Amino acid sequence: MRQKLFATPYLVWMLVFTIIPLGLVIYFAFTDANGAFTIENITKVGEYTSTLVKSVWLAVISTVICLVLAYPFAYIMSRRKEHKRRIMLMLVMVPMWMNFLLRTYAWMTLLEKNGLINKFFGLFGLGPFELINTQGAVVLGMVYNYIPFMILPLYTIMLKIDPIVIEAAQDLGASPAQVLFRVKVPLSKPGISSGITMVFVPAVSTFIISRMLGGGANLLIGDLIDLQFVGAAYNPNLGSAISLVLMVIMLLCMSIFNQFSEDEGGMLL
Amino acid sequence: MEENYIISLKNIVVTFDGERVLKGINLDIRDKEFVTFLGPSGCGKTTTLRIIGGFVEPNEGEIYFDGKKINGMPPHKRQVNTVFQRYALFPHLNVYENVAFGLRLKKLPEKEIRAKVGEAIELVNMRGYEGRSIQYLSGGQMQRVAIARAIVNRPKALLLDEPLGALDLKLRKEMQIELKKIQQSAEITFIYVTHDQEEALTMSDTVVVMKDGVIQQIGTPQDIYNEPKNAFVADFIGESNIIDGLMHKDYEVEFAGKTFECVDSGFDPMERVDVVIRPEDIKVTSPENGKITGMVESAIFKGVHYEMLVDSFGSKWIIHSTVCQAPGTMIGIDLYPEDIHIMKKPQEESEEEKI
Repeated sequence: MRQKLFATPYLVWMLVFTIIPLGLVIYFAFTDANGAFTIENITKVGEYTSTLVKSVWLAVISTVICLVLAYPFAYIMSRRKEHKRRIMLMLVMVPMWMNFLLRTYAWMTLLEKNGLINKFFGLFGLGPFELINTQGAVVLGMVYNYIPFMILPLYTIMLKIDPIVIEAAQDLGASPAQVLFRVKVPLSKPGISSGITMVFVPAVSTFIISRMLGGGANLLIGDLIDLQFVGAAYNPNLGSAISLVLMVIMLLCMSIFNQFSEDEGGMLL
Repeated sequence: MEENYIISLKNIVVTFDGERVLKGINLDIRDKEFVTFLGPSGCGKTTTLRIIGGFVEPNEGEIYFDGKKINGMPPHKRQVNTVFQRYALFPHLNVYENVAFGLRLKKLPEKEIRAKVGEAIELVNMRGYEGRSIQYLSGGQMQRVAIARAIVNRPKALLLDEPLGALDLKLRKEMQIELKKIQQSAEITFIYVTHDQEEALTMSDTVVVMKDGVIQQIGTPQDIYNEPKNAFVADFIGESNIIDGLMHKDYEVEFAGKTFECVDSGFDPMERVDVVIRPEDIKVTSPENGKITGMVESAIFKGVHYEMLVDSFGSKWIIHSTVCQAPGTMIGIDLYPEDIHIMKKPQEESEEEKI
C-alpha cells in the first residue's frame, strides 16, 4: 500500500522518541549504577507510597473540579452563535498563550502571605490566610493550568449534539436535569473521557506547580522524579523506576475509569 | 371555550428578528381530529406546530389546551408529543430504549414499560428490532421508531412535522395509510405539517392552508379542493388554470374574450377577479363546438391521464384528459358553469390586511 508510506515519518519519530526511550526507562529501572540487573529500584519506590498517593489524590481532585467547571461552560459555549463561540474559545485559549511559568508566578504573587489576596482581606481586618504552600494552592494551580484541556474536548463533542435531540427529550417529558443526565452526558461521554485523560495525566506528574505553589511540604511524585535526575539526590535508576511505577498507576487509573464509564453508561456522574 | 376543542390558538403572532412569521393565527382543533397544516416552505406551518409543542413562545396571542391557557409552559410539561422532521432519535440508545424513554421518565414499573413498549413497537411493525442500534435502521424504520416513541406516551395530541419527507414515494404512501390507521385506532388528535398537498388531502379530516404566516383557508379536503377560497389555495392544491376575469354581474363572468355562465355571486359589478379552472374539468371538443379554440402545443403521458398544454391566442391552458390530442391539433374548449371558480383578486386581500 502506497498510503502507508505517508505514515513513515511519524513511525520513525515514534520509534526514536517514544519506543526507544521507553525501553531505556525500563532498562534503567531494572539496573543499578553499574548496569547489573536488580529490582531494588522498584522495591525502593515503595518508600514513596505516601507521595504517590498524594499525587494521585490531588490529580483526581483537580480533574473533578475541572470537569465540574468545564462541563456547563463547554455546553453553553457550544449552544452560542458562531461569532460568540469564537470569542469564548479565544478567552479559553488566551491564558495558554502566556508562558506557563509566568502564569504560575502570577499565582504566587496573588497567594503570598503579603500577596494581593491577603492584602484585600486585610482591608476588612481579615487574615492573613495561609494560602500559598498548601495543597489547595497546588490544586488551584492545576485547575487553572489544565482546565482548557478539559473544556476543548468537551466543547468539540458538544458541538456535535444535535439540538433537535435535546428538544425531543424535552418533548417526551424530560426536565432540565433529566435532559442533562439522560441525553447530554451520555452523548458527551467521549469528550468527558478525553478531557479527563488530558487533565489527569499531566496533573499527576506535574512538578513545577507543586514546587512553586505547594512549597517544600507538598512534594509530588513529579518533583521526586525531577530530584533523581537533576537534583542533589542524583539517581537516574531510581528516577526511572518511579516513572515506570507512575506510568503503570496512570494506566491502571485510566483503565478503571474506562471500565467504569462503559459499564455504568450514562449514569456515571 | 367550547369543550370539544382540545387546542385553540387565539391571535397568535410570532416575530423572528423583526420579521412577522405568524400574523394573527386563529385556529380551533377538535379532539381526535386529524388536522394538517399545509403550505409552501416559510409559510409558518412548522412555527405553528412548535408553538403547540412549547418550543416557540408567541409574541402575542393565547394558546389553550383542554380549555387551559398554556402560554409559557415548558415543553416537558405539555401533554403533547412530537414526531420530528429529522426523527431526532437518541443515538446512544437502541430501538427499545428510545421508545421507552418517555415512560422511564415517568418512573413506571419495569413490567408496565415492557408491556407498553411492546405494544407500541407492534403498532409500528417494528417487532424484532428492539435491540437494534438506531444507526443501523433505514429511514422508514427510524420513522416508525420515532412514531412509536411519541405514541407510547399516549399524548392527547401528536404533532408531526413533515414526518414522511425523507421517504421514497412508495414508502410514503404506505406510511400515510398506516399513520391514518394508527390515528384512528389510538384515538389521538394528530396535527400534521406538510407541504405535500396530496398527503394533506389523503389523510386529513381538516386541512389548514397557510401562506406567509396567514391562514388562507380551513376546511375538509373536499372543501379545499372543490371550493378554494382564493387563487393561491387553488393553485397550491393541485394544478389550476388561473385566468384574469371580469365579473359582469352575479352568475356571469367574462374571460378569454368570452362570456360564461357561472355559479358565483356577491361580487361588485364589473369587478376584476381570478377565474380558476381545474385542468381535469375542461371539456375538449372539436373547434367549432368549443367556446374557446386553441392549438395543442404538447401532450405528456402522466399515467392516468395526458397533460396537454394548449395555446389559445397567446394564453396557455393546462388540460388533463384521458384522450390524447396530438400536438398541432386545433381543439375546442368548453366549460360547465360549476367548474368555473371565481375568486377575489389577492391584492385586495392584502389591502384588507393592512387595514
